[in-house]
Amino acid sequence: MSIVKRVAYFVGLPILLVLIWWILTLGPKNFFVPTPGELGQTFFEVWAGPRFVTDFIPSVIRLIIGLIATIVLGIVLGVLIGSFRWLRSLTEPLLEFFRAIPPPVLVPLFLLLIGPTDQMRIAVIVSGAIWPVLLNTVEGVRAVDEVLVNTSRTYRIDGFARLRHLVLPAASPQIMAGVRQSLSIGLILMVISEMFGGSSGLGFTIVLYQRSFAIPEMWSGIIVLGLIGIALSMISKAAEGMVLRWYRGLKEVQRDS
Amino acid sequence: MTADQGMGTTTMGTTTARPMLSIKNLKKVYQVTGGEIEAVRNLTFDVADGELICIVGPSGAGKTTLLKCIAGLLSPTSGSIELAGTPVSGPPKAMSVVFQEYGRSLFPWMTVQANVELPLKNQGVPKAEREKLVADALAAVELSHVPKSYPWQLSGGMQQRVAIARAVAYRPKVLLMDEPFAAVDAQTRADLEDLIRDIWHKLGVTILFITHDIDESVYLGQRVIMLSNSPTVVQDDLRIDLPDERDQLETRSSKRFAELRTHVYEQIQLAKASKPTGVVATQKAAKR
Repeated sequence: MSIVKRVAYFVGLPILLVLIWWILTLGPKNFFVPTPGELGQTFFEVWAGPRFVTDFIPSVIRLIIGLIATIVLGIVLGVLIGSFRWLRSLTEPLLEFFRAIPPPVLVPLFLLLIGPTDQMRIAVIVSGAIWPVLLNTVEGVRAVDEVLVNTSRTYRIDGFARLRHLVLPAASPQIMAGVRQSLSIGLILMVISEMFGGSSGLGFTIVLYQRSFAIPEMWSGIIVLGLIGIALSMISKAAEGMVLRWYRGLKEVQRDS
Repeated sequence: MTADQGMGTTTMGTTTARPMLSIKNLKKVYQVTGGEIEAVRNLTFDVADGELICIVGPSGAGKTTLLKCIAGLLSPTSGSIELAGTPVSGPPKAMSVVFQEYGRSLFPWMTVQANVELPLKNQGVPKAEREKLVADALAAVELSHVPKSYPWQLSGGMQQRVAIARAVAYRPKVLLMDEPFAAVDAQTRADLEDLIRDIWHKLGVTILFITHDIDESVYLGQRVIMLSNSPTVVQDDLRIDLPDERDQLETRSSKRFAELRTHVYEQIQLAKASKPTGVVATQKAAKR
C-alpha cells in the first residue's frame, strides 16, 4: 500500500466520526457534550498550557516507569517460573489467586500501605499489568521446541547463552503478545490510580474537571488518554516488527506451503 | 560378519585398537504411568575410529532411544557408553548430532551463518578461526551463497545441509545422525547421501548413521548393524564389502549390493516376526 492510501485508511474513520458528531451537535446545545470546534480549542488551551508539565508529563513518566518495571519483572519471573517445574508447582495457586483480583481494588489498599505517592501508582500499574507478560512468558518458555532444546544440549549451550540464544527468542512471540495486553492494562491503571488521593496527573485532572463542571476540559483529558493509547500501540508494533521479523517470515512460509 | 575388529583390550598405553565408541550392555527402561517400557534391552557394539556405521531397524526399534543415550541426552538404565575411553554422562564435547527434524533443529531467528557459528561462539573459538570454519563448512555442503538467509527461506534439503554444516563446523570426533534424510524427497536424499560419504572421506570423522531405510544403510555404511524389534538387541552385524567409491547408479545396481540388501532385509523381517518377550513383560507391568 502506498503511504497516501495508508494515511487515508488510518484517519478515514476518525474523520467520518467527527463529522457525524459535528452534525449531531448542530441542534439544541447539550451542556455535557461540546462541539468538535469547542473541544479542539479547549484541547490546545489546556494541554499546550501549564497542564502539560504539571499533569501530562507526571502521568506519562509514571506510566513509562510502571510499564518498564512490568515488562522486566514479568519476563524475569516468567522465565524463572517457566524454567523450573518445582517453582511452577509452588507458585501456581498463588498466581491464580492474585490474577483473579481486579487490580483497581488494590488502589485503596496501596493508598493505605504506601500513601498517595508516585511509588503507589507505579505499584498499582505493575501489580495489575504484570499478569499477561508473566503468564505468557511462562507458557512461551515451557513451549520451547524439544528438538531445539536437544540441539542446544548437544552443542553444550547452557546457562546465559541458552537463555539468550534459545529460551528468550523462542518465547518472544508469546512474550510480545503479553506485552501488548499489558500496555493497555497499564494505561487504565495509571488513570485509576490517579483518581484516588491524587494531586496531579491525567486521572486526577479529568475527575477535577468533571466535579467543577468544566465539561470540554474533561473531554479533552479523555482525548489525551486515547492519543497515549495510540502512541503505545505504535511503539509496541515497531518493537514487534524488529523482534519478531523472523517469526512473521516463518509464519508466512508455513502458510504458503 | 563379525564385528571383532576394534575390540582390542584397553591395556594402558595402547591406543592402536581402542574403539572410538564403545557400547556395552546398554539397557534403557522408561518409567511411565502404569508400568515401564523396556525400549532397549541389551546392546553391545563398538565403533572404530573413522568408521562409517549404519544402524537399521524396524520402526519403533528404539533407534532414537539408542541415539539419545549415545548423545548423552538420556541416561541409560544400565550398561555403559564410552567415547574414546571416557564414559558418556552428558552431551560430550567431541560429538555433534544431526536430527531428523531439520525444520525444528535450526534456530529460526538466526541466519544460516549464525546457526553454524553459534556452537563455535559458545565454545569460545576466536572470531577469525570461527569465520573460516563456518565458511569451510558451508562450502562443504555447497551453501556458500546463502549465509545471510534464514533457514525457513530454504528448501528442506538445504535446511538439512545447514544442520550438517553446523555439525561439521563443530569439528566433532563422532557425528551422530538420526534418520536425517527421512523427511526429504528422493532426489535430494540421494544427493545428501553422497554428501555424507564425501564429508566422511574428507574429514575422517566417525559417523553413526541411524536409518530405517535398508538400501540407504547398505549404500552408505562400511558396516550395518541391524536391531531387533523393541526391546532392542543387536540382530546382526554386517560388514559391507562394496568398493569404497560408491555411485548412486552403479553401486545400487551391482550384484553384491543386491545380495547385501537382501541379507539386511531378511534380518529385519526376522526381527519383525520374532515376538520379543519384552513386549509381554511390558504388558504385564502395565496391568499391574
